[in-house]
Amino acid sequence: SLSRQTARSVSVDLNNDASLLIDIPDALCERDKVKFTVHTKTTLSCFQKLDFSVPRQHEDFIWLHDTLVETEDYAGLIIPPAPPKPDFESPREKMHKLGEGEATMTKEEYSKMKQELEAEYLAVFKKTVQVHEVFLQRLSSHPILSKDRNFQIFLEYDQDLSVRRKNAKETFGSFFKNMVKSADEVIISGIKEVDDFFEQEKTFLLDYSSKIKDSTAKAEKMTRSHKNVADDYIHISATLSSLSVDDNTKVEGRVASDEELKLTELLRYYMRDIQAAKDLLYRRARALADYENSNKALDKARLKSKDMAQAEEHQQQCLQKFDKLSESGKRELTSFKGRRVVAFRKNLIEMAELEIKHAKNNMALLQGCIELLKSN
Amino acid sequence: MAAEMEPPPLGNAGETDFRELEDGEDLFVSTVTTLEYPEPSSPEPASLPAEDISINSNGPKQKDVSFDDDPEDLFAEATEEVSLDSPEREPILSDGPSPAITPVTPTTMLTPRMDLGAADMFERSLDEIEEDNNGDTFDIHIAVSDPEKVGDGMNAYMGYKVTTKTSMTIFNKNETTVRRRFSDFLGLHSKLASKYLHIGYIVPPAPEKSIVGMTKVKVGKEDLSSAEFVEKRRSALERYLMRTVKHPVLLKDPDVIMFLESSELPRAVSTQALSGAGILRMVNKAADAVNKMTIKMNESDAWFEEKHQQFENLDLQLRKLHASVESLVCHRKELSVNTASFAKSAAMLGNSEDHTALSRALSQLAEVEEKIDRLHQDQAYADFYLFSELLGDYVRLITAVKSVFDQRMKTWSKWQDTQLLLQKKRESEAKLQFANKPDKLQQAKDEIKEVRSTLEGKVEQGEKDFELISKTIRKEVSRFEKERVKDFKAVIIKYLESLVQTQQQLIKYWEAFLPEAKAIA
Repeated sequence: SLSRQTARSVSVDLNNDASLLIDIPDALCERDKVKFTVHTKTTLSCFQKLDFSVPRQHEDFIWLHDTLVETEDYAGLIIPPAPPKPDFESPREKMHKLGEGEATMTKEEYSKMKQELEAEYLAVFKKTVQVHEVFLQRLSSHPILSKDRNFQIFLEYDQDLSVRRKNAKETFGSFFKNMVKSADEVIISGIKEVDDFFEQEKTFLLDYSSKIKDSTAKAEKMTRSHKNVADDYIHISATLSSLSVDDNTKVEGRVASDEELKLTELLRYYMRDIQAAKDLLYRRARALADYENSNKALDKARLKSKDMAQAEEHQQQCLQKFDKLSESGKRELTSFKGRRVVAFRKNLIEMAELEIKHAKNNMALLQGCIELLKSN
Repeated sequence: MAAEMEPPPLGNAGETDFRELEDGEDLFVSTVTTLEYPEPSSPEPASLPAEDISINSNGPKQKDVSFDDDPEDLFAEATEEVSLDSPEREPILSDGPSPAITPVTPTTMLTPRMDLGAADMFERSLDEIEEDNNGDTFDIHIAVSDPEKVGDGMNAYMGYKVTTKTSMTIFNKNETTVRRRFSDFLGLHSKLASKYLHIGYIVPPAPEKSIVGMTKVKVGKEDLSSAEFVEKRRSALERYLMRTVKHPVLLKDPDVIMFLESSELPRAVSTQALSGAGILRMVNKAADAVNKMTIKMNESDAWFEEKHQQFENLDLQLRKLHASVESLVCHRKELSVNTASFAKSAAMLGNSEDHTALSRALSQLAEVEEKIDRLHQDQAYADFYLFSELLGDYVRLITAVKSVFDQRMKTWSKWQDTQLLLQKKRESEAKLQFANKPDKLQQAKDEIKEVRSTLEGKVEQGEKDFELISKTIRKEVSRFEKERVKDFKAVIIKYLESLVQTQQQLIKYWEAFLPEAKAIA
């Protein structure tokens, strides 16, 4: 079992409402499965206990996310993006390769590489815990979503959720998901926008979405290159020690993993969040389309003098839904922007401070080496 | 190619008769009136044909075959170092004569530049020459610069300026500038190798040939890679010359001095890869390889065994390190590309961002990353020129060291073979004693006696040669080790200092960015 040591978050500090505090204090990694310990501390009466923990798997989180997405009442809300599946593929593959190449390395080199890989493994682990935790904290800090019954079940139910999960799957299926995914952009951009706010938001989100996707990809590439350089230093320093010179491998390696955590994770998270915002826009656009269709239907009914009451009622419903979505959507998107700006600020500051700290450390290390060499 | 193992025919006995060397007489005395280093076997002055003088810009020759020198002899020993990975990367030394690469007129050779009188030279051993600096401290700096393309098309070549600054008295002037081309360097190395390798001196290898690289230059491809190639080569040539002059014996070699000072240098034709000489070199190389495999030496000296092993290990380590550093250079270049690409993307993201302060911060981030990219590029440059090239040099140097060990083996082998031959002759001599052919007997007896005693001399010589080369190698190895440690230390310190500079720059950039990030409201 690996425990998290630092409480870092890509989003703002969400866990500050004492009435409902959630965190993931530790997690267990077995083969492919990660078991998260979800810990809740609450003063709310809807819960049976004040302080409790349950074990949850990644699939449980997905179930929760999907049920929220598929709840009509939440159509006007930005549903926090689902945490991505834990992916230990990369370090595992590297570990495997390392094992194969063991014979070609010195003991020292091998143990250093192993250390690096273990650190990488740990970093992946920390990331996944963090991302699952943030998901829950987003929910707990949302005025409406925190009251969701399924959310409460998720937090409290001390039995295995997999039974419920299976039922849910049968009810909703992946049909809705597919619907949302396809023709997303077309529908959003095709709607004649009456509201300036939404017009602006739409333009912004579409553009920003593609840019942030690009930045995320490039940031990932950059950090991977940095890792390669760090790995090279490991090999070099191992061989150099036999030629009696000091090494500075830890230095480059650590810079790579911290950079990764800050910048790339920030971008990745918001890439997904932007997608969630876009989903909201989509639902609203759909609602608008429905409203327009209901208008047309009403006109037709009036012409034919048939089923007018029904058509009227339907039209009213559509309008209500649309208005509700617009209203809540506006709120959501505004707070989303605020959240985003704050999160970027926090992470950029932390990243810059880390870079400075590491560069200073590196310098000290290197200067130490130089002194040593010169004095001999 | 004269045979090396057979004793010279009786007719020549006078000239290569080892009995000439009395005890106490220095082996290195040569009465040849050239300024070359004395040979281990000294032919009598009077009997030397004039052509020997002209040809011998080389020093000690193999003892057996002095007089078959042919000025046109193409059994030249220019190094053929085309690939770092080829298994037999040793300079080829023919076992035959060590003739000049190009005919050099006597007058040039005999210019009495050295403060030591010509006669003086002959009395001294190489040991003494090495130690005596005429009061000079080692102070010489060589720079290779200003690469300039000369000519056009496939006959074009790169000319380099070689500037020597020194206060040492063995040189004519305090500062000399000459122009040289790559084949001149190869020619120099070839001469030095043929003079010194077989007596145990570690001659620094010349930079590698590169058919691909040079062709690009010849064809006039003016791109980054050919500019890099020229710079790489220039730097390598400079390091080569500095290493050569750091060797106390090589420094004083007339060929070296001529190379540095003489305005005109006859062209070293047989250094071309595809010449007749080139082909013969290949053949010799193969022969050498076979020989090496068949010589089984009884190593009585543990020091050599140990050192041999050490150098094998060092070779492996260096090659590995070299590979890692090349990988580093490659990855760092990649990092630079990816950082630049990210910088652009971040700038676009900043443009797209509708929150003003955040937008500005993102643009700043993009700028920082751009600067960092340039830092990476500079660092890659340092990685390469400081580190990687040094390693390449040393991998080649180790090859030279190994070949010197091989020379010792050969020397031993020769000695043993001569001993065996002597044994046989003794046996035949003994047999003759009991033969019963009175008239022919005396003549046969006399003949055998002469041969036998010649051989005895040879065996003695062989042993002395072996001891000498062993002694030389010990000294050379310790000098090499000292140099190596010094070299590596200097380069690594420089490299670390470059890394420190990079870190300092990084601190500057991020410290400038921090307030921008904090300003996001």
